[in-house]
This record gives sequence, structure tokens and C-alpha cells, in this order.
Amino acid sequence: MALALPKETYSGKVYSVTIGNDPGALTFGGENVLPFHTFEGSSPNSPVIACEIQDVPPDDWPEEVQKPYKDVSHNPVSWAKFCQETLKAKAIALRLTGTHPDRENRSPEDAAKTVRDVISATDLPLIILGSNHAEKDASVLISAAEAAKDRNCIIGKAQEANYKTIAAAAMANNHKLIAMSELDINLSKQLNILISQMGFDKERIITDPMCSALGYGLEYTYSVMERIRLAALTQNDSTMQQPMLGDVGMYVWKVKETQAAESDVPQWGSLEERGIAWEATTAIALLMAGTELLIMRHPRAIDAVEKVIGELI
Amino acid sequence: MLIIGEKLSIIAKKVREAMMRKDKGPIQDIAISQWKSGAGMIDANIGPAEDGGEDLMQWMVTAIQEVVQLPVCLDTTNYKAVEAGLQVHNNQWGRPLINSTSNDPERFAMLELAARYNSQIIGLTVGKGGLPADADERAAIAADIMGRAAEYGVPIEDLYLDPLVLQIATSQDHALKVIKAVRMFQELNDPPMKTVVGLSNVSNGCPKHLRPVLNNYYLSLLIYEGLTAAIADAHEISPTVKTIDVLLGKTLYAHSYLEM
Repeated sequence: MALALPKETYSGKVYSVTIGNDPGALTFGGENVLPFHTFEGSSPNSPVIACEIQDVPPDDWPEEVQKPYKDVSHNPVSWAKFCQETLKAKAIALRLTGTHPDRENRSPEDAAKTVRDVISATDLPLIILGSNHAEKDASVLISAAEAAKDRNCIIGKAQEANYKTIAAAAMANNHKLIAMSELDINLSKQLNILISQMGFDKERIITDPMCSALGYGLEYTYSVMERIRLAALTQNDSTMQQPMLGDVGMYVWKVKETQAAESDVPQWGSLEERGIAWEATTAIALLMAGTELLIMRHPRAIDAVEKVIGELI
Repeated sequence: MLIIGEKLSIIAKKVREAMMRKDKGPIQDIAISQWKSGAGMIDANIGPAEDGGEDLMQWMVTAIQEVVQLPVCLDTTNYKAVEAGLQVHNNQWGRPLINSTSNDPERFAMLELAARYNSQIIGLTVGKGGLPADADERAAIAADIMGRAAEYGVPIEDLYLDPLVLQIATSQDHALKVIKAVRMFQELNDPPMKTVVGLSNVSNGCPKHLRPVLNNYYLSLLIYEGLTAAIADAHEISPTVKTIDVLLGKTLYAHSYLEM
């Protein structure tokens, strides 16, 4: 007799979310099984990787991840075109780093202009991120959301301190919204509830339980994501059925292992390979935990993770 | 836990008058309010309804299901009224529940209806004589009803055993006996038997301000013992049900959990 593998059945399902407009629109989520358990149910869409760019030159990024973009990253428009045309990216994540008060402190109007410029240069689905300064993001993301009206972008990140303004801006301009909490599953659920109580459709939210890099608390992110997904699937908890975001690049490319010179730690091997492997490994771990949307930086790390997704789906 | 919204009872003056006038408005308002508060089924209690019971039950089932997408619990001793209700019940929103059969031979025929109409049914653990003395006697009657359900072709998973909640004010010792019975009923089968109580009977005859207190604390003890369903006012018990789901780890906690 053939071996019959035991199968779990789940009562819940992750919402499927579509971003961008045709012909480049992308859909992720929609599965009613744990990540890659395609043998137990339906997993209609692959996870999506967005290639990260920013509004200012990436002089805050380590050398190894600046290199692939050195001819284009002086300008977000040429950078976005490079991602679309040369790297064949499926989506772009534009981080408005330059709006941070401790950086260039660019105005919301400047941010809106950058968004308009990038949008006219690429038709890829776009994720528009603030500088992670709760107060400044509120004003920057209102202008950015208006500038991208009806382009069906993802706007983020809405946090406890600023979700009302950012959610309202996303709602008024027909965008999706990232809801970010800080590694606390109960606060993550609470934020989703608060946002939906504003009248924001809970099926247009993407949950960011906060990322972390391999070796720097990845297991906390993994565990929160895993529990969110179990609540969605086994408890059919409609406030936890949003797809999840792993904002990987930003966390990986600041840890020691992606920066320490080969001359200082010869036993760690090639710096370039090390950084790529660190980003790819972190991303794959989060895919296993249930993330459907990744934001990544190094083209070779993105390629490696795409390959893994292709083999698992 | 399944809440069977109980407010549509002929005992309530407003409901009785609406039934007599065939005025759907008040009936539908109550059904909607129970649904919004978390009821998964609506109890339609038309009493013995000796005259016109069939028409009345059909009218009730139709009126309720016009406005809420839930199944109905057909609560009457009138066999023909139950059958009439089953005939018009819209199973698209779940299967109906007959309330009830028991060890009284006059109620055996309800099992026949359950089998014929593919309905679920409550088995009240009382016989023709007096009330059951304790949990053991309730379990013995439950075993009789389970055997009879099998004879009539009613699947055991469609049977909800009801230990008969009595009034705390007159039968205080039965409060604990009912809790024990809920535990024992589940042990009568694998998978465990389903259980149901008419919750508010525990506080029947008590001062008005005490009733929700008694109902809610009693319910929390019963849920902890594994109770499957309660005929109760969804509005009154919903915070208890949600809180216990959180405390038992069945729902993920968030500060706004009571609003969900």
C-alpha cells in the first residue's frame, strides 16, 4: 500500500492583495495553507520580491550593496528604470530616506515630486515608504499618496503613533497600507483592528510585524510571523489574515557580517558573497515563517530567493 | 461556543403580541440584534401552540430567515408545528435544530422528524416522571436517548444533550450536578457528545439585577467543562464568551477583542 501523508486542513485563508495596474499588476497571498504546503490546499500566488531604491543616493548603504547600482543610484528615476529594464524586477520599493529630519529633511512636496518622477519612469507596482520617522512620515506619506493617486501602490508604514493620517491618505487615494508594529503579535492584531475600525478595508492591509536580520533577532520575527499565520489559518482570525511584509534589506545591510572587511575577518570569507548570502538567508527564513512580500536590496540575493521560491511553489 | 439567541419566546409579552398580530417588525428586530451580538442560531419558542402552531412556526421561521442568515432552533412541544417549520426552513444558512426530544415517549417522534428532515436535535435528559436526581441519572437518560437516536437513524453528532438547568433559587444543588453532567455527557462517545443548556433558567425567579451575573458566571464554568452551545441572550453573554475564548487561547488577544 502506498504511504498516505497526513494532511492538515485549515479553517482560515490569507487575503489576496493585488498591487499596481495592468499589465504589470501583481497578486500575492490568497493561500489557505502554511507556507509552501501546496500539498494540503491552495496556494495560488507566489511571494513577491520588491527591489528597494531610495530618493537620495545610497551612501548610507554598505559598499557591497552600493556597487550594483553605482551608475544609476544618483537619481531615483534612473535607478527605478535599471530595476525594471536590467534587473527585470517585479516591483519597486521607493524609500523616502531623504525626508528624515536627521538626513536631508526633504519636504513632503519634494517627496511628492520624487514619487511622480518614479511613476512616470516605470509602470511596475510601487511600494512607497517613509523614512520611519513617525511624525514626519505622516505628512510625507499624505503627499506621496496623493502624488500616486489611483496607481494602486502600497503606502507605509502606518504605526500606532501615526496610523490615522496615513490610513486616511491611503484610503483617499486608493492604495494599500502597511501596518507596522514592533515585534508584538497582540499589538499587531490591535493595530489591524484600529485601522479597520476607521473604515479602512482590512483586506487592503499588509502586516509588518517588524523585520530583523539573521543573527540579530530573526527568531523573534520568525516566531511572531508564524503565530500570526497560525491564528489566520487555524483560528480563522479575520484580523490576522493579511499578507505579511519582510523588509529585509534595510535590516540585513547594517549588520557587521555584511560589512566587516576580509582583512579584519579572513575566516569569514568573501565580503561580497557573505552579504548576499546573509540577505538571501534572512529572506528565505521569513518566507518559511509566512511572509508574502519581501523588500530586498542586492540583485544577486533577489535572484537566489526567486530561485528558491520557484522550486518550492 | 454556539450561542442560540433566545429572545424570541412566546413568554415575552412583546413577542407574544407580535406573534398574535403576525407583525414581523419586532420579531425581526430581535433576530437581527441577536445575530449582531454573536448568535449563530435563533431560537423560535412558540410554546405548546395547540391552535395554529403549524402556521405560527412557519411564519416565525420565514420572518427570521428573511433578515438573518442563520438557522433556526424550533422550540415547541407541538410535533406538527416542528414539522411545518422544518418544511420552510432555509438550510442554506445551516441546518435547523429541533428543541427537543427526551425520555418521554410522547417526544420520541421528534427523532423521526430529525431523521426525515436531516435536522439536528436536542435531547433533554428528563423522563416522563420527575426531574433527574443527579448527574448520574442525567447520563443514564442521555445514554437511552443516544440509543434511541441510533434506532431512528439520527447520527449521534446531530444530537445535543441538554442536562436541564434548574433554578438556583429553588434547586441550588443542581447547579453543580448540571456542570458534572456536561462533563459526563462528553465521555459517552468519542468524539465527545455535543451539549447544550437553556442558560437563563438558572436565574429564573431571581431579582432582575442578579440575572446577568448568575447567567454569565454559570456559563463560564460550563464552557470550561466543554459546553458546545447555550440558548441564551447573545447580547448578555457575548463578553463572557469572547473573554473565555481569549483566556483559553482560542482567540488571539488584542486590546479591542470585545469589539470584534
